[in-house]
Amino acid sequence: MSDVADAPEAARPITSRRDPRYEVVMYRHVGIEGAWTLDYYRSHGGYEAARKALTEMSPSEVIDEVKASKLRGRGGAGFPTGVKWSFMPPVDGRQRLLVVNADESEPGSFKDRYIMEDDPHQLIEGMIIGCYAIQATKAMIYIRGEYVKGYRRLVDAVREAREAGILGKNVLGTDVEVDITVHRGAGAYICGEETALMNSLEGLRGNPRLKPPFPAQAGVYGLPTTINNVTTMTSVVHILTRGAAWFASMGTEDSKGTKLYQISGPVTRPGVYELPMGASFRELIYDLAGGPRGEAKGFFPGGSSTPPLPWRDEYLDLPMTYDGLAKAGSMLGTGGVIVIPKEKDIVDAMYNVVRFYADESCGKCTPCREGISTWLPKMYQKLLAGLGTREDLDLMEEMVRNTRGTAFCPLADACAMPVQASFKWFRDEYEYLVDHGRPMYTKTDWWQA
Amino acid sequence: MVELDTIPPFFADKQELLGEILGRYPEYGRRSAVMPLLWEVQNAERHVSEARIAEIAEIVGIHATEVKGVMSFYHEYHGEPVGRYHLQVCSTLSCSLVGSDELYDHLVEKLGIVNGETDDEGHFSIQKVECLGSCGTGPVLQVNDTYYERVTRSRCDELIEALKRDDMPEPWRERGGDNEGAEKADFLGEAPVRGAGAGEGEGS
Repeated sequence: MSDVADAPEAARPITSRRDPRYEVVMYRHVGIEGAWTLDYYRSHGGYEAARKALTEMSPSEVIDEVKASKLRGRGGAGFPTGVKWSFMPPVDGRQRLLVVNADESEPGSFKDRYIMEDDPHQLIEGMIIGCYAIQATKAMIYIRGEYVKGYRRLVDAVREAREAGILGKNVLGTDVEVDITVHRGAGAYICGEETALMNSLEGLRGNPRLKPPFPAQAGVYGLPTTINNVTTMTSVVHILTRGAAWFASMGTEDSKGTKLYQISGPVTRPGVYELPMGASFRELIYDLAGGPRGEAKGFFPGGSSTPPLPWRDEYLDLPMTYDGLAKAGSMLGTGGVIVIPKEKDIVDAMYNVVRFYADESCGKCTPCREGISTWLPKMYQKLLAGLGTREDLDLMEEMVRNTRGTAFCPLADACAMPVQASFKWFRDEYEYLVDHGRPMYTKTDWWQA
Repeated sequence: MVELDTIPPFFADKQELLGEILGRYPEYGRRSAVMPLLWEVQNAERHVSEARIAEIAEIVGIHATEVKGVMSFYHEYHGEPVGRYHLQVCSTLSCSLVGSDELYDHLVEKLGIVNGETDDEGHFSIQKVECLGSCGTGPVLQVNDTYYERVTRSRCDELIEALKRDDMPEPWRERGGDNEGAEKADFLGEAPVRGAGAGEGEGS
């Protein structure tokens, strides 16, 4: 690190919101009354990035710019966006599709919602650029069913953009064609998995599909398809506006740019915060969110499917990057931090998480249907009823270990991994419960008057 | 099938709407219209009956069982009518940590119905749901399409009283962090004592 500290100011990467060079860009207009209108967006420089891409750059130059920015997908998996775009097969006359995954359903994640509600044109602009890069004329937004306000705002924004010639046959007066359909889901976490999302878009049950073929080969309707998260798209707008070098000046070697983090649970100021990658959990939790209310004992670093970490300096000081979390045995996920208060019994907290995945399992494959969706919640119920034994704990650990990597899609692992981590860090609470027949922490009323 | 003969088809007098929905998708993707068509029916009738399922199947050109298969996959479609005010209580972790379990219990006591039930008048129904994406502003109660966030006991009581009078209030504005808007607090200026090793954040 010392050579980094000695480097000239301009060369030193921005890794803190305290850095005077840092600027919030994606949430600049979020929260402002009327920011969702085309007039507002245009009067604040809106659609200039798309104009620049369409009139001054070739599609491959746009892809190269995004590659150079080292932007990684913001939906959780972190796949390099430019590389994903370049997987699209050569243009062969078939319809090509861009799909935006706005099914934001991972517990602890709520960053996309406010963009769609307050700044839908930012998403549309990112989609125009994405469509141009992969040479798709048709795009779809799959928005989760509960986001009715966001759905209406998007539908209105698409209509506005169409009427203003920003979408349609001649986008911004060029010969580029892009149109957008907004498709509303109806309550299914699994539809955030990209192949399940494609099935849902086609009017099928939202069961995942086998990969390969990957969406670029055979996606929605069997056509070449690229699927990106909402804030991947909005990141692209600013990469085009300010350049790949600007984006890459923030963050660490493997995690570049600015990103939206979320924080929930008992902290003073829960919410969405935009930070440069490489900032620490401590900066988010203490400096921005005002620190925990009462004592905390751990946190989910990036949504409920990322293995929780204990409340220790070494973890609070971790940079919120893909690599930083991987080294700590967890994952960056969606960047949705959930703080676990000391008084919440971990068995109870994990039962809540397990119940979520049990409820959302699609039932297609055996490990998930029988393991995650059936036996695991039953075991937790047994423990919480005070009927568990030490052998049950071993059995549960064995069960989740054997579930890892065996299911058809990532949903089962998304449940098994945090359960394993809860045993690793908080086994004493599980043992206390089975030994005493009652939980170590018994607080039951969490509702504030 | 008897139902089909006695009630007029839902989309019979809505050809423009139907055309608009089907037009969102390519002809080879006609089946994609199943979900939006289900939404149209449910928004109007608070559930989707067997007759409507059969009608949608015919429009899209698939079997009724296939439409039913799609419908049953998702949490938000209802085969039986829900109440005029369908109360959906998020019960996932972040909301639970700020009182959603107590909020649910409170509603059960207040209304005399439990998860999945509708009251005798068809006024209220309750459904426990999973994460609504309102984790920073919990607990959240979704009434029909509208989110009511940071629901306290008194807010809950006021809301229920208003709904009893068929008055659906504007939701109070609840935000947090960078989504609060232009007049954001200077977060970094008021940094509290930082760290697991200091102050109230002490963990172990």
